[in-house]
Amino acid sequence: MQSDATTPVAAAPAVPPAPAGRTLPDGQALLSVRGVKKVYHTDGGDIEAVRNLTFDLARGELACLVGPSGSGKTTLLKVIAGLLGATEGQVTLDGQKITGPPKKMAVVFQEYGRSLFPWLRVADNVELPLKNAGVPKAERKARVNEALEAVGLDAVPRSYPWQLSGGMQQRVAIARAVAYQPEVLLMDEPFAAVDAQTRADLEDLVRRLWKDLGMTVLFVTHDIDESIYLGGRVIVLSSSPTVVQEDLVIDLPDERDQLETRSLPRFTELRHHVYEQIQLAKRGHRPDGAP
Amino acid sequence: MKTLKSAGYLILLPVLLVALWWVGTSGEPNFFVPTPAQLVDTFGPTWFEGRIATDVLPSIGRLVAGVLLAIVLGIVVGLLVGLNRTLRALTEPVFEFFRALPPPVLIPVLMLLIGVNDSMKVAVIVSGAIWPVLLNTIEGVRSIDPVQNETSRSYGISGFARIRYQVLPSATPIIMAGVRQCLSIGLILMVISEMFASSSGLGFTIVQFQRSFAIPEMWSGIIVLGLIGVVMSFIFQWAEARVLRWYHGLKEVENAV
Repeated sequence: MQSDATTPVAAAPAVPPAPAGRTLPDGQALLSVRGVKKVYHTDGGDIEAVRNLTFDLARGELACLVGPSGSGKTTLLKVIAGLLGATEGQVTLDGQKITGPPKKMAVVFQEYGRSLFPWLRVADNVELPLKNAGVPKAERKARVNEALEAVGLDAVPRSYPWQLSGGMQQRVAIARAVAYQPEVLLMDEPFAAVDAQTRADLEDLVRRLWKDLGMTVLFVTHDIDESIYLGGRVIVLSSSPTVVQEDLVIDLPDERDQLETRSLPRFTELRHHVYEQIQLAKRGHRPDGAP
Repeated sequence: MKTLKSAGYLILLPVLLVALWWVGTSGEPNFFVPTPAQLVDTFGPTWFEGRIATDVLPSIGRLVAGVLLAIVLGIVVGLLVGLNRTLRALTEPVFEFFRALPPPVLIPVLMLLIGVNDSMKVAVIVSGAIWPVLLNTIEGVRSIDPVQNETSRSYGISGFARIRYQVLPSATPIIMAGVRQCLSIGLILMVISEMFASSSGLGFTIVQFQRSFAIPEMWSGIIVLGLIGVVMSFIFQWAEARVLRWYHGLKEVENAV
């Protein structure tokens, strides 16, 4: 309805292009989100969680999705993960349309306590996806040990997850994802439920794993500082119904440090900028041409 | 020291009850209530001179068969129904109907259908003992955590692997609560199934003693039943502690916070 007002009466019924994140030429993107819309059908009527989202991720990129609460971040992540079907549009991984959870993708959920299986010990939790995928036993053991070592948990493989602190549990979940050797790692507000110091450690852990393993990471967060500190790129979402508000390159030095990086003038500038965008989004501002 | 203490807790109340019984029966002799000494005297001859092999063991065999069958069937059917919304909606009213039927009223029907034999008695036990396991399994499967489901899906764990690695373990605490009830119902039905058209078994023997006014012998039979119940409960507790070690630990941690 709104678009009618901006479309000249005489012109062809062309809708102005929706605002989109950065896209890459055909064949260059690893993960491609195109015009994704998600409507939940409930008894109380339809709820449009995501209206129109388009962006690309190149191989080896670490991008953060940030947006006001209720902006459909989790919905979008679940659509990308193949856990939810899109109402319109599509997501492709390596040129393949995603219709279900792809093999080359792993998800780290916010609720580590519910995502880890409490009846399995730490090492067994990490091993389960590999066992299910038919990885030979010797290789399985090696990958589990490697992953636990990478997250600094090689001392507690025989513990149960619930015997560990929240931060350690989320490390187990990260180890499980890493051992699975995904091309794309999706993280859904993974550190929202851990304390600030643990959080800083985990952020550095994600940066390190991303660099060492060459994965492509899409990191969803509501924390502006976190998104800038972690990412090479921040995609700001509008409030619901969601479109891309801004797609921002983070031009900070590649070596990040919790103290140094966060005290750079450029960090503050970026933080200001994203903060303003989020405030705008919260007030219901929509980027030009948003449907 | 610790085992001594727990052993003390274990036998304290039984010893007190026996003492009370002894004091209570030490005065005027009562035909219907034997003294502890009388009971001990009759216990050996009544049970250890043949009845263990002819009555007790066959009864226990039928009980074990019935209970195991009820547990396996209950879990398998419960998984199928619990995982399928349509099947659940379809079967729920029917299950409520059958569950409400007291199994003893089914005995004549089962006698006609199956005949008067061991299978009939096992069927009686299953018909009553299956419900807590079946309904708890359905409930356990239905109330699975959605985040666990998404985790399984995102790692491609589906079908039988999902049942084995996720659904069944996560429903085990509720299933075990059903198994506990299943055991006591099984014991009751074992006795009842032997009271009709039967010529052997623990239930039959106790009723025989009753009808022939062999009162101490009857009491000794009741004690055998009680002992079987105690042994079953110990086996269950041992099994539960092993299967649900993670669950008890988790609850302890949650309660400590």
